[in-house]
Amino acid sequence: MAKQRVMVVGGGLAGLSASMRLAEAGVDVDMMSLTPVKRSHSVCAQGGINAVNPVTRQQGDSEWLHFDDTVYGGDFLQQQPPVKEMADWGPRIIDLMDRLGVTFNRTPEGFRDQRRFGGTLFMRTAFAGATTGQQLLYALDEQVRRWETEGRIKKYEFWDFLGPVLDANGVCRGCVGQDLVTMEIRAFPADVVVVASGGCGLIYGRSTMSMVCTGSAASRVFAAGAKYGNGEFIQVHPTAIPGADKLRLMSESARGEGGRVWVPRKPQDPRDPRQIPEAQRYYFLEERYPKYGNLVPRDIATREIFNVCTYEGLSVEKDRLCVYLDLTHLSRAVLDQKLGGILEIYEKFQGVDPRDTPMKIFPAVHYSMGGLWVDYERSADGGLRIGSPRNQVTNIPGLYAMGECDYQYHGANRLGANSLLSCIFSGLMAAPGIAAWLKSVPGGAAADLPSSLFDGARKHHQQEHDRLLRRSAGGENPYLLHQELGQVMTKAATVVRHNDVLREAYGAVCELAERAERCSLSDTGNWTNQNVVFTKALLDMFPLAKVIVKGALQRDECRGAHYKPEFAMPGLTATDPAGRRREAETWCDRFQENTHKWLRSTIARLGSDGEPTITYEEVDTSLIPPRPRLYGLVGAEVIEEVWKERQLGKPATDRDGNGATGKPAAQPLAAG
Amino acid sequence: MQSTTNGHASPAGHAAAGTPLPDEFDVRILRQDAPDEASYWERHRVRREPDMNVISVLQRIAAQAKTVEGERVAPVAWDCNCLEEVCGACTMVVNGHVRQACTALVDRLLADNPDEIELRPMEKFPVVRDLVVNRRRLFRALEKLKTWIPVDGYYDAGPGPRVSQEAQQEAYPLSECMSCGCCLDACPQYQKIELARREGETDAEFAHREQEAFDTRFVGAHAISQVMLFNRHPTGALSAGERLDLLMEAGGIQDCGNAQNCVAVCPKKIPLTTSIGRAGRATVVRAISKWFGR
Ligand SMILES: Cc1cc2nc3c(=O)[nH]c(=O)nc-3n(C[C@H](O)[C@H](O)[C@H](O)COP(=O)(O)OP(=O)(O)OC[C@H]3O[C@@H](n4cnc5c(N)ncnc54)[C@H](O)[C@@H]3O)c2cc1C
Ligand code: SF4
Ligand code: SF4
Ligand code: FES
Repeated sequence: MAKQRVMVVGGGLAGLSASMRLAEAGVDVDMMSLTPVKRSHSVCAQGGINAVNPVTRQQGDSEWLHFDDTVYGGDFLQQQPPVKEMADWGPRIIDLMDRLGVTFNRTPEGFRDQRRFGGTLFMRTAFAGATTGQQLLYALDEQVRRWETEGRIKKYEFWDFLGPVLDANGVCRGCVGQDLVTMEIRAFPADVVVVASGGCGLIYGRSTMSMVCTGSAASRVFAAGAKYGNGEFIQVHPTAIPGADKLRLMSESARGEGGRVWVPRKPQDPRDPRQIPEAQRYYFLEERYPKYGNLVPRDIATREIFNVCTYEGLSVEKDRLCVYLDLTHLSRAVLDQKLGGILEIYEKFQGVDPRDTPMKIFPAVHYSMGGLWVDYERSADGGLRIGSPRNQVTNIPGLYAMGECDYQYHGANRLGANSLLSCIFSGLMAAPGIAAWLKSVPGGAAADLPSSLFDGARKHHQQEHDRLLRRSAGGENPYLLHQELGQVMTKAATVVRHNDVLREAYGAVCELAERAERCSLSDTGNWTNQNVVFTKALLDMFPLAKVIVKGALQRDECRGAHYKPEFAMPGLTATDPAGRRREAETWCDRFQENTHKWLRSTIARLGSDGEPTITYEEVDTSLIPPRPRLYGLVGAEVIEEVWKERQLGKPATDRDGNGATGKPAAQPLAAG
Repeated sequence: MQSTTNGHASPAGHAAAGTPLPDEFDVRILRQDAPDEASYWERHRVRREPDMNVISVLQRIAAQAKTVEGERVAPVAWDCNCLEEVCGACTMVVNGHVRQACTALVDRLLADNPDEIELRPMEKFPVVRDLVVNRRRLFRALEKLKTWIPVDGYYDAGPGPRVSQEAQQEAYPLSECMSCGCCLDACPQYQKIELARREGETDAEFAHREQEAFDTRFVGAHAISQVMLFNRHPTGALSAGERLDLLMEAGGIQDCGNAQNCVAVCPKKIPLTTSIGRAGRATVVRAISKWFGR
């Protein structure tokens, strides 16, 4: 009898941590990745990784508060038990990475140093220079290499995952992949397939993501019947450097270390920014959000920068939208030591030293909060039951998803430095459950199943491939179609969303998808044919693009990264206390109605006609009841007062379950 | 010939001093359809846009898929991922310098040489196709030298050892090595190994033969530097001797001729020759102490 094997698709933080943990548990693992795993997109992460630490703990911090910040930042759209479990694991994960040799920055006494990131008031973020993701990924890559030399892990690098193989009962029994060099298509029997394929930013053309972040693997799983959750929630990072091929991120850590965002009060003031006196600078985030200042949550920073440039006409440049991100008041030594890596990126690509001259930045698509729907098993204390095969499994038995390609941890908006944590956490946490599933999987090892199952799947993909190569010349150009798709998506489904624009965009995406069916290849060979690989990825972008646009169109509210001005709940306008009070009551009524109606996960499935259908599912908010996010709203104090009275007035049983009672009062609502 | 200077050296704003940059420019690419085929030059013309780098040039060429002469050709194959010089994928020889294509800015390249941009694959690794090379050997060196921390396991065992700021600042640059291979391409001691599959050889047999070839030839500066990274880590130091022994085997540190080309081309400015110097001394000490039975 053959031994069972697990196929892990993707070798970013999630795929690597799952693989090494499985290997430790004695499971044989195959890894498949488009790039050598060491070159995965996770290396781009700059800022850091969040966890409660001994210092913040003494300042009143706790795992519960990290959990609270995460769900509050995510506008309560996450299932709470997995998030709670993640926050609980945080400190142990940092310790493990520390033991694996990650070169975290140190305090003079030799402890790990921490910085502050957006959406929290604590210095929770551990970091390794400005290349934290690279350092974390390398530590895991090294461990996987160690297991490779022991024969427990086998890598298939430069392979494209084409889709899962499901048996007659709909259980995942392996997958099909294609060798990017020889173009060989092969079926891999596997008793579990883990998809850890990262984000889908390339659907927007240019983003802060790497070139393999097309979402192709997730889309192929979606096409096989997996549910896709919260697709419309796409994070636009407030600060990126515009470029011709990519929008390069300027990490939030630049603000974490004291960077200040401003525009000249006089529109397009032509002076050298250093010559503009303090009084003539508009530090709009600091003025509008005195409590969080430049470190308001991402969705808010993004919208403010966007608004200042577009509606208020205060962009630094006339032809290009951008604001200043200023570090010049900080000492060179500190900047070099803490931000060296990211400042070099700016210098390298802009030819200007950000230590001397304020940087010019603008928002860019950055992260997909949505992704493959995954399950979990709740424990008695509101966390997860570790070792449950349900953790991180999609609705297809035997097919797991983790890392940025799942929908689980970040709700409507991700907090900075929480993603590296969720990726490593989901990989480590899910492994024992996968091992348990292997023990119970029906019908023996996949490798012993009749080969017809795998031959059939392989043939199907081979035919698709051959069909693409045979397309007649002179049709549509896949690279240009990709650019067009990016333009449509960026216009309709980023910072500010309008239903008419979204409706139009849906039509445009459908039209592009049809045109893509007519695109022809400029390379019809069968050796390192990047043209056909790209075209396949492009074709698989359309279903997810539709999921994003349709989800956004249908969701008539504002939540986290999804902002529709038409449905915004503005602050109070009355000036007299009684009037304000009345307005606050109405505001809270509306908030409650909206929560009732829209605090639901968007769940997309691919219909038989190739169009996504959307339904909504309950969210487990039993641990921390939803409350309004009032960052910077006029009248926030009054609304907060009314809100608190209502919470107190409620009988305990009414309070969305019982988890909230007895827990520390979570972080106070942000005041205006 | 391989140049020893790093292509990044040209100063920013150099363009302003000379003649205005052209609206379009030629790109001359050394192409090769497959490993056992001959290479050939091909010329493409690209319109200049603001903020272009060599990757965006290759993207335009892929979209055009047409040479200067108007001949329709397959798009040039190349490797990249991060586009911000942290993944190490996009190494190639740009205007004679081995470097990352993603940080090769067109305006600066044209300021140095307004006529054309020349792209070639790396020299020390077998060409897969066009600008894509096979760098498996580079990763094999990391396996061979066991460059990792051999922790007991992944269960919680508290934090790692305390590390001084000084030690962290020394280790951090070494841990930025992105396995790009520039240091290897520039090294006179690092010679290309290109094996062809024999008739009837299985994947496993070929991989085994290839590994044997890799393991007897020079590991290269990047791997030596990684050994020093792990040997100087408090936990890694517990198995430092084993790594030093491996570094003294065939293809080890003794193959380094101290030409210092590596350090000049490393895009991450990793102090490779410092690592090599330290490794040299450490292996000598290790050899002597073993000689005396301890
Ligand atoms: C510029 C930038 C900076 C960031 N900084 C931070 C930060 O400071 N803190 C933080 O917490 N988060 C940060 N993030 C987010 C974080 O980096 C990512 O969410 C995270 O690294 C994703 O890891 P992953 O393991 O899910 O996937 P990835 O690292 O994206 O890896 C995906 C893997 O899947 C493989 N793959 C994909 N498709 C296929 C296919 N079809 N076939 C085979 N293999 C495939 C790829 O080859 C790759 O190995 C940042 C993101 C960006 C873009
Ligand atoms: S110093 Fe050694 S490793 Fe570096 S280039 Fe010279 S011979 Fe190669
Ligand atoms: S040492 Fe430098 S040149 Fe060599 S592989 Fe590492 S990063 Fe590249
Ligand atoms: S693409 Fe990653 S280093 Fe150039």
